[in-house]
Amino acid sequence: MFDNFPLWPVRASTNAGNVDALYIFLVALSAFMCLAIFTMILVFATKYRRRRGIEAEQIEGSSALEITWSIIPLGIFMVIFLWGAVIYFHERTPPRGAAEVYVVGKQWMWKLQHEEGPREINELHVPVGRDVKLIMTSQDVIHSFYVPAFRIKQDVLPGRYTTAWFRATRPGVYHLFCSQYCGTMHSGMIGQVVVMEPAQYQAWLSGGGTTGSLAASGESLFQQLGCPTCHRSDTQGRGPILTGIFDKPVQLEDGRTVIADENYIRESILSPSAKIVSGFKPIMPVFQGLVGEEQLSALVAYIKSLSPTPSGAAGKTSLTPGGTRSQNP
Amino acid sequence: MATAAISAERENYLNQEYGIRSWLLTTDHKRIALLYLASITFFFFIGGFFALLIRLELLTPAGDLVQADTYNKLFSMHGQVMIFFFLIPSIPAVLGNFLVPLMIGAKDLAFPRINLLSWYLYIIAGTIYLHCIVTGGVDTGWTFYTPFSTAFSNTKVIEAGVSIFIVGFSSILTGLNFVVTIHRMRAPGMTWSRLPLFIWAHYATSIIQLLGTPVLAITLLLVVFERAFNLGIFDPTRGGDPLLFQHLFWFYSHPAVYIMILPAMAVESEVVACFARKRIFGYNFVAMSSIAIAVFGFLVWAHHMFVAGISLYSALVFSILSYLVAVPSAIKVFNWTATMYKGSISFTTPMLYAFGFIGLFTMGGLTGLFLAALGIDVHVHDTYFVIAHFHYIMVGGAVMGYLGGLHFWWPKISGRMYPEGWGRLAALLVFAGFNLTFFPQFILGYMGMPRRYWQYPPEFQVLNVLSTAGSTILAIGYVLPMVYFLWSMRYGKIASDNPWGAAGLEWKTSSPPPTFNFDEEPEVTWEAYNYEQISAPAEVNVER
Amino acid sequence: MLSDSPVAVEQHGPELLHHFADAEQQRDAASLGMWLFLATEVMFFGGMFCAYLIYRYWYYNEFAAGSRSLDIWLGTINTAVLICSSLTVALGVRAAQMGKRKLLVILLLLTIVFGFAFLGIKGVEWYDKYKEHHIPGNSFNVDDLVKEYPQIHIDPRHEQIYFSLYFAMTGLHALHMIIGVGIFAFLTFHAWKGRYTPKYYTPVEMGGLYWHFVDIVWIYLFPLLYLIDRKPLR
Repeated sequence: MFDNFPLWPVRASTNAGNVDALYIFLVALSAFMCLAIFTMILVFATKYRRRRGIEAEQIEGSSALEITWSIIPLGIFMVIFLWGAVIYFHERTPPRGAAEVYVVGKQWMWKLQHEEGPREINELHVPVGRDVKLIMTSQDVIHSFYVPAFRIKQDVLPGRYTTAWFRATRPGVYHLFCSQYCGTMHSGMIGQVVVMEPAQYQAWLSGGGTTGSLAASGESLFQQLGCPTCHRSDTQGRGPILTGIFDKPVQLEDGRTVIADENYIRESILSPSAKIVSGFKPIMPVFQGLVGEEQLSALVAYIKSLSPTPSGAAGKTSLTPGGTRSQNP
Repeated sequence: MATAAISAERENYLNQEYGIRSWLLTTDHKRIALLYLASITFFFFIGGFFALLIRLELLTPAGDLVQADTYNKLFSMHGQVMIFFFLIPSIPAVLGNFLVPLMIGAKDLAFPRINLLSWYLYIIAGTIYLHCIVTGGVDTGWTFYTPFSTAFSNTKVIEAGVSIFIVGFSSILTGLNFVVTIHRMRAPGMTWSRLPLFIWAHYATSIIQLLGTPVLAITLLLVVFERAFNLGIFDPTRGGDPLLFQHLFWFYSHPAVYIMILPAMAVESEVVACFARKRIFGYNFVAMSSIAIAVFGFLVWAHHMFVAGISLYSALVFSILSYLVAVPSAIKVFNWTATMYKGSISFTTPMLYAFGFIGLFTMGGLTGLFLAALGIDVHVHDTYFVIAHFHYIMVGGAVMGYLGGLHFWWPKISGRMYPEGWGRLAALLVFAGFNLTFFPQFILGYMGMPRRYWQYPPEFQVLNVLSTAGSTILAIGYVLPMVYFLWSMRYGKIASDNPWGAAGLEWKTSSPPPTFNFDEEPEVTWEAYNYEQISAPAEVNVER
Repeated sequence: MLSDSPVAVEQHGPELLHHFADAEQQRDAASLGMWLFLATEVMFFGGMFCAYLIYRYWYYNEFAAGSRSLDIWLGTINTAVLICSSLTVALGVRAAQMGKRKLLVILLLLTIVFGFAFLGIKGVEWYDKYKEHHIPGNSFNVDDLVKEYPQIHIDPRHEQIYFSLYFAMTGLHALHMIIGVGIFAFLTFHAWKGRYTPKYYTPVEMGGLYWHFVDIVWIYLFPLLYLIDRKPLR
């Protein structure tokens, strides 16, 4: 806004304007309230300053006034709440068909893997105008992925995936910060998001020698680890079929039904006995300690690729917020 | 009934007995209040020293004053010392301890020996924490988030945890004492509706201390056990949940902020009533608001976790509840303002602090609305916006309330007047220094500067320099009262029983009060804030 | 000019503290204070119960297996011991009310004996866990449980959470018992000296409240820790 003395970061995502609009409203509301109260106090302090012979007037109160200045603020607060909730709902609901980037945070760097294959450290290249969904986890402590220009932030937890999404609207280079204290070089766990025109992005993609898409490397890992032995593509396998399962309900043998999202797949690899699919025995080996986070991302990407993705425009926006369906209240 | 005699010659709680044993083994609530005053002032300066180092480091974008690990320890210990060893005890343990029995007409608190025990627990905890500081400190942030605190930090987490566990019990015992005292030891005629609002607010505070602090205690204990015995309760690699820690931690730590602000609101009511010479407008509403804040305060903890990975629906619930808890605070601000209408206002030091409190608390509270808005919080959570918000409330609010209260009741506590000119100067310095320190941080936060950053991108430097400049002014503002209060104990003007012409039972006994508070047990036949029956004193400056 | 004249004039025993107006106020204050303190204890244990409930919901199998590995007989005996001790406590309060000094002393001593019995049995149980390598830490090993329950596929890491909570909860409970025994030793000594009369037996009452509370915590701990799933195995 003011080039020499900015009050907010550049707006570089579709979300940023919405957030700033509410912010500006709140600033105006606060300024108004402060002005009103400070003015009143100033006026009262001056007009009713202590003077000889003039006593204070004892006033008990006024229920009408009390109710008025309780109800009106409450009403305004509810408006603010709803406005903020709508923005938040939108922020936490990644659209279907978004390009996915797997993010692993560790002390003290960000490792990012594009679906198409390229890996980055502390940098994320994205094209303008494309929905990007971040599927994130931590290798050690809690971190947080924060891009002020996009107005997005999401804690990155060890042991599970959390997600965030954005659509960049403006080419440029923007700060990426870790915003959850994580130890010595927390303030050094920073990087940048590079938003490029689509053509430039394509060029960048094919520029580096890619090792193939993330799902492809996941597939070769899948073979390497011997998964097809049990997870066959027919019903003869000792493990459930994996085609078409992503984001669909799965019936477990204890009667519960869960949705096979990223966290479910991840948990099934690391801790298979936590959720046994109905009709199957708990014989899957534990892979915790045998696969690293990036390999996990690749495996998850591969298994997701076995399910059909709905087309971008016609597909319904997912109504369930990403990465939250596991256990936390 | 004590008349305006020269109190220094009369026997009072200060000169009744001399010697260190008479202080260290006292059960007199007034002496214990002074023991606390000395202790928390000591820790205030330790926490303040850490703050100064932090602000010095942040003068430049690079980390060049201290190492990264040292900086991380500085902000962690600044937070822990200030919250647990200064703010939470401050008003309740100093002013509350001193005034609660006096205000209700009692001879002492219900459990004087437990009161002394509470101070000793504070001292033991403080000693352990000091030892922790000098043997390496702790770098987990004041919030001890797992798994960093349980499995990754190499610092003295166990020692800090044990120390805070113990000081928590000091807090619980103070709360317990107040609740029982207020219920059972009011003088004849002191009905609930005649209680000063100071008592109502301390009652609400005590409920929070009683019910909330034990949850912190068990949470820290589990963290200590996990570190000491290699347990995996919060360890995600063993099926533990780091978010469970956050829920348990914030279940206490959110109500804790109300422990810190309610007593300051208590002071505000007394000071505004006295220097407007009027009953507080809407007494019932202010009293009930204190209770409402205490109750609702327990329902909003997860607004600290909107981006932590909780479900969308949880977030909605906690956001809406957070707006509900804002309403009673707003009510209080409106009532204090309305009290000034048709009052008779004078501008003594306590009243200057009271004006400052309303202004700064209002600003801090309004910025709470920003944070409760889910969409905004995503952007400003864990940035300097949050830091500015809570410092406006805790420093602009609670500390100014504390200082205002100290000035207001100093004549009663010490029998002396502080020098009014210096008092006003300090109040203005604090107000100016505070705003310069913390207002830029709102902007810094929305611009995206994260908190707990040892080094930062250069575009944030200008605002950081402004903030540091403000902090030096603020520091001077804090040192001045220490100097002139000490000075006044020897050279200050001797105070009469009621130099401000204030309402309240505490002003009906001598300054300082006798050991057992009142020569005869008071019998209350008048309403609170009966300023129509009390004439304004000549001593107070009359502005033309 | 010290004066507590209204009280000094009144006849009272040494038990009435100077800052109270009368014995009734002192007793009421003590009672309210103890109830409030117990409320804080509820919140204190409550945090752990909360953690327990969440993990039990997530890792039911491991919790069930861990629960079965506890000795249900020792647990039941301990429950009976504590219930009996609460009986002796209640009878003791009544004895104090009725001025029966000797009876009071006996009952207080019995309570202490029951307390020690509980702690002793708890010690035996902990020792068993030590031998079975079920104490979380470096020598934690639940291969025995994994083998014993092949049908439910136990994850040792989750099993460790059950035992961590088991030791934390029973450990803190035992600590409260030890403090309770200490309190009752104090009460026994003073009861023997004749300090408690029908006019003044507040400490006995308050000590009794505390003891009952510790008992009630165990009444919750027992089914939650020992009785998760004792159905015969399929």
